[in-house]
Amino acid sequence: MKSLGRRPGVAAAPDVDENHWIEIDGLHKIYRPRKSEPTHALSDIELNVRRGEFISVVGPSGCGKTTLLKILAGLIPKSEGTVRVAGRDVHGPLPEVGMVFQAATLLPWRTILQNVMVPVEVQRLDRSVYRERAAALLHMVGLDGFAEKYPDELSGGMQQRAGICRALVHDPAVLLMDEPFGALDAMTREYMNVELLRIWRESGKTVVLVTHSIPEAVFLSDRVVVLTPRPGRIAEVIDIDLERPRDLSVMASDRAGVHVERIRTHFNAHGVID
Amino acid sequence: MTTTKETQDDDAVGAGRDAPHAGTPAAGALKAPAARRRRDLRDHPEWVLVPGVFVLVVLAWEYLVPALGVDEYVLPRPTRIVDALGTQLTDALFWTHMKVTLLESVYGFAVGVAAALVLGTAISQIRLVEKTLMPYIVAFQTVPKVALAPLFVVWFGFGMTSKVVMAAVISFFPMLVNVVEGLRSADADRVQMLTVFGASKFDVFRRVRLPSALPFIFAGLDIGIVFAILGAVVGEFIGAKEGLGYLLLQTNYNFDIAGMFAVLVVLSVLGLIAHFIIRQARKRFAFWAEDNTVIGA
Repeated sequence: MKSLGRRPGVAAAPDVDENHWIEIDGLHKIYRPRKSEPTHALSDIELNVRRGEFISVVGPSGCGKTTLLKILAGLIPKSEGTVRVAGRDVHGPLPEVGMVFQAATLLPWRTILQNVMVPVEVQRLDRSVYRERAAALLHMVGLDGFAEKYPDELSGGMQQRAGICRALVHDPAVLLMDEPFGALDAMTREYMNVELLRIWRESGKTVVLVTHSIPEAVFLSDRVVVLTPRPGRIAEVIDIDLERPRDLSVMASDRAGVHVERIRTHFNAHGVID
Repeated sequence: MTTTKETQDDDAVGAGRDAPHAGTPAAGALKAPAARRRRDLRDHPEWVLVPGVFVLVVLAWEYLVPALGVDEYVLPRPTRIVDALGTQLTDALFWTHMKVTLLESVYGFAVGVAAALVLGTAISQIRLVEKTLMPYIVAFQTVPKVALAPLFVVWFGFGMTSKVVMAAVISFFPMLVNVVEGLRSADADRVQMLTVFGASKFDVFRRVRLPSALPFIFAGLDIGIVFAILGAVVGEFIGAKEGLGYLLLQTNYNFDIAGMFAVLVVLSVLGLIAHFIIRQARKRFAFWAEDNTVIGA
């Protein structure tokens, strides 16, 4: 899809190693609240993500997986270490990043199309150019005909799809997803997983997904990063060697079962089931 | 912020949400079969009950006043009030009085609202301004503003200025409270969403905080306009040569109680019209919000 190609005029730094599209090295995060003891949220995280890779981060509640994502998004500062996205150090929100949130977080006073255009507006990009791209994205997620509707006229799944379009409209180098389907019912969630794989394939984005669901992580990812309980360290990075393209039937396969079990073992070892 | 397209869609949304209100009564009567009209009435008993209570009270008033031997000079019957209203409305002088009160209210309202918008924005966005001014605002809010009217008449004279000031001061506070609360009401997730996409503080203000504040702002306007009329009338009580408040006092001195009621009816209608205009504006500009965000003051 040509209109979903690279963003005009914004090229990634030329010397970026595609195997280090996201580079996290020696990352620590320590929260130091003024009136209580400091909390070690993330400890010595080291992770390289290839360009175009789909990575999931799983771990028990409070293991710092959302913290990790927020550091990547430039929303909260790291305490120590290196964090680079597409060759740029992360010190604040980067235009190279698109994010999908737990709730769709659409603005109720804007139409779906106007919501999708939010990143274009705040980054002062050429609206006329990106309006086409936004329309193409809405088409890709099956929301044509809803561009002029308001969020409260759409179901939860449709709102989240609009949220994905918004995260992709400025053609970011990386797509961060913070439990994007947690609020959806099981059926819609499965459907959205299949949709997400298709969107990922068509857009070719690098995705980092934080999720509670082990099967979801296995189904979607190239690699699954398992974090330990606080302070969050990387317990294991598991290669998911299931063939692509995948459909839901792949989850019935033995190999998928082995991966799910292996991740679950980590959770059980720490005595927490999430 | 609101494009024409948005507004058009808004109308469509509104029509979908409360279809029974959408058509004019005439259009509804033409289209709807009798069965549907009956269903409408069952769903909305208030459509009958509200006018019913009005008719009942007016009838009781009309016939109980003579039956109980109440002096007509003290409590005139509704028909007498309607007569008095007719006399007033055909008097050119009356329209001058009304115009004066209207202008005082609208000018005062505009000044009060503008001041509340500026100050409310500063208080909600700049900590230092909040810390410095809040104690004074709280202290001043406890002063019964109506009690200031004599002072304003001394300072600003018997003309319109003193009433405009009164209307402005009295409509300022409910507006201020709503502006501050409204600008603080923005959903943290929405602010974070905009921040991730690279929005500046001003972008966040313009695209999230301000729209989030709109329902509150309209609640403030709704209270404020009624307060502005109140302020103008009270100012006219204290010292004026024209205006509906002045007229109210004149009819009072002349013991023309029916005439007083007529003026009260006109004042009520003015308040209702103002309230209606603001409600319509709210429907158009804050169409996404439920109709329950009201902060009194």
